[in-house]
Amino acid sequence: MQLFLEQLLNGLQLSLTLFLLAAGLTLVFGIMGVINLAHGSLYMIGAYAGAYAAAKTGTFWLALPAGLAAAALVGAAMEFIIVRRLYARDHLSQVLATFGLILFFNGFIAWSAGRSPLLIETPPQLAGFVEVLPGLRYPAYRLAMMAVGVAVALGLWWMISRTRVGMLIRAGSDKREMVEALGVDIAKLFTLVFALGALLAGLAGVMVGPIRSVQIGMGEQVLITTFVVIVVGGIGSIRGAFAGALLIGLCDTLGRAYVPMLLKSWLSGPLADGLGAALASVIIYLVMALVLVIRPRGLFPVSG
Amino acid sequence: MSALQLEGLRKSFGSLRATDNVSLGVEDGECHAVIGPNGAGKTTLIGEITGEIAPDAGRISLFGVDVTSWNVPRRALSGLARSFQITQLAPGFTALDNAAFAVQARQGHSFRFIADARKDKRLREPALAALEQVGLADRADRNAEALSHGERRQLELAVALAMQPRLLLLDEPMAGMGPEEGARMVEILRGIKRTMTIVLVEHDMDAVFALADRVSVLVNGAILKTGTPREVRDDARVRDAYLGAGAH
Amino acid sequence: MLNRTNLATLLVVLAFLAVPMAATWLGTNYVITLATRVAIYGIVAVSLDMLVGRGNLVSFGHAAYFGLGGYAVAIASFHLANDVPIFGWSGTNEALIAWPLAMAVAGLAALVIGALSLRTAGVYFIMITLAFAQMLFFLFVALKYYGGDDGLSLSTRNLFAGNRITDSRTFYWICVSALALCVLLSWRILNSRFGMVLRGAAASERRMAALGFPVYRYRLAAFVIAGMMAGLAGALWANQNRFVSPDMLSWVRSGEFLVMVIMGGLSSLVGPVVGAAAFLLIESYLSGATEHWQMIFGPFVLLVAVFAPRGLWGAVRGKDRQ
Repeated sequence: MQLFLEQLLNGLQLSLTLFLLAAGLTLVFGIMGVINLAHGSLYMIGAYAGAYAAAKTGTFWLALPAGLAAAALVGAAMEFIIVRRLYARDHLSQVLATFGLILFFNGFIAWSAGRSPLLIETPPQLAGFVEVLPGLRYPAYRLAMMAVGVAVALGLWWMISRTRVGMLIRAGSDKREMVEALGVDIAKLFTLVFALGALLAGLAGVMVGPIRSVQIGMGEQVLITTFVVIVVGGIGSIRGAFAGALLIGLCDTLGRAYVPMLLKSWLSGPLADGLGAALASVIIYLVMALVLVIRPRGLFPVSG
Repeated sequence: MSALQLEGLRKSFGSLRATDNVSLGVEDGECHAVIGPNGAGKTTLIGEITGEIAPDAGRISLFGVDVTSWNVPRRALSGLARSFQITQLAPGFTALDNAAFAVQARQGHSFRFIADARKDKRLREPALAALEQVGLADRADRNAEALSHGERRQLELAVALAMQPRLLLLDEPMAGMGPEEGARMVEILRGIKRTMTIVLVEHDMDAVFALADRVSVLVNGAILKTGTPREVRDDARVRDAYLGAGAH
Repeated sequence: MLNRTNLATLLVVLAFLAVPMAATWLGTNYVITLATRVAIYGIVAVSLDMLVGRGNLVSFGHAAYFGLGGYAVAIASFHLANDVPIFGWSGTNEALIAWPLAMAVAGLAALVIGALSLRTAGVYFIMITLAFAQMLFFLFVALKYYGGDDGLSLSTRNLFAGNRITDSRTFYWICVSALALCVLLSWRILNSRFGMVLRGAAASERRMAALGFPVYRYRLAAFVIAGMMAGLAGALWANQNRFVSPDMLSWVRSGEFLVMVIMGGLSSLVGPVVGAAAFLLIESYLSGATEHWQMIFGPFVLLVAVFAPRGLWGAVRGKDRQ
């Protein structure tokens, strides 16, 4: 039981990290109609900038703003120089151009920071454990990560449903003329939204630093999982991104913990081990397939 | 037997009742016009007949067969052809190619992988005949997007004719045409109307009264009146709801 | 008729024919190795173009079928070498059995993945094909029995109708013949009734449905055909390198296949082959020049996407009619 609760918390923590990435990706797609493969690179850039700042200053509390700033700045520059040329283009050009960006960023990081993985030190204030339930101790840092994820979700919800920027975001890309008629500089709005998405990706990247290694390719692995999240949730929907992140994060964590175990109670020998591990690693894709069969446009389809 | 029978058709988008309990019978061989002001629900009704939009309630039958649950291709193969208000021709393909698609569709499945379709007389000859029917034979080798607006409307019709349908659903065939082109289209349709059942959704009142045997008036998603052109023209409610409003 | 397109096609054919002579003249087998890879990747690019260029179906998971084809051959060979039967069958070393088997495996995967992915369109389709390919990638990483991360070696190349194909020239001619067959087949398919439906649906899906074509089925068939061709290419690749690994199915590989198609020229039959050649030449040159070649190649891909979406063949074709 205790193990299950711990896995549940791990699952939630993964879910909230995925949500940070999915929110940005789905906003950018929902508003500008751009599919950005390099979103994972922004996550990686956040993590590397954080790791660099942490190594130089020795404190996580400077790594955090450094990672956020780096991701947001690179994101804004990316939108300003490249992505805005892609709004009017087909998905294929967008995919290809942002694929080129991934190659560039991966090459750039390998050239500037080397290929060996880095680690960000857990901040000492959050290094301990918290007794969440009697007998269940859970790392304070992971709890803090989850708190940040929840705070971001609430913040996004508030921004989209209550603020002027949120109204413009809800108006969406198809009502571009209307939004422009209101005297809004749409180009600036797009840059802003893109930078916001990048900021969230960077946030996820820095926060993950102390619990996973910072390395080249980290962005793409998580990016594809994020795709699964927003496909399951419904592309363009923040609510869908949240629901999808919860579903995928929990399925992945619990699947990895329990599927091999369950399989072992049926089968025996090395085949069960191999099969269990294989099945656990593909479980989220099977969930996606199932959702596709039932609701091809995701759990929270965006109309239009 | 009626060619098309709609019974108690309903469709809402949120609070908007786009189709409000529509029942309508189109007799075999007649030309039945559906008119109505903008926003009356004509586009939704066309979608429901062709199968692009699923109604919330009600039944649709084609030639006595309930097709409510059928998808678009299946209804098409059972003899329903439609033209599009905004032309949906395949760019990059010639006028003849576009008509040949329709011929190909009615000649059974297309899981034929080797023989060159553009050299297939069984496709090209009927397709050319359809182009001739609308007076477009001399444009056969032009790309669809290189045709004039009026010619594209004619091609749109030729594609539908090439399907050799039993029921032809025309979605504003005169849209965007000048008076001369419009008159030509009316002439073409007058020739076709003897050979098949037509449902004509149209804004152009002159065309409707020149072609239709019966007219149904759609207002706010509901049928206000069905009758001969004369009956409809003389109906006070129709005049209030539609003709009066449309005259300004 | 000798317009620019036909002239360029002729040049491509001559180039392939001249490769063995060039190798002799230069006194290096590397030319043949490289040209063999061009032929193999050319098959993948031609098959992908059938989906992306003609069908407007942007599959970002084509490497999956390539990898499955490779693994099918490698696994058959693994069971033969270790004398452990799979379902009572201990594999075969005969190409005329193993390669069609590889195509069947890849085609079956394409059938299942296509059946699910084609329920959606546009950006959903891109993400879903990518995700399923990644699923297969992780599957092979997790299958430690077949080498997992480290991959699986083939003890020898397959026999082709009982003959050894270890000689690089013999193998080259087999690969070039396979490429020629695939190009010819694609050409026939794309001009057939089937091809007209596939291309018509890309131009106007609504129209094709309204005419009575169940578009989904035709797209699925194209997806399977393309998957099978990629599977054949994977089988050849496994033979050339006598090695397979999950890397064959990676998303980077899928992206590179797309780059080849675009760089060569969408919807042009020969263009993707030229794209594969250009890609491999650039890769081989850049990776020889610097370890961080992706830093140069990435921006290059970006520039192609933004400024030259018609690719090399688009430039060749110029004012020629399609």
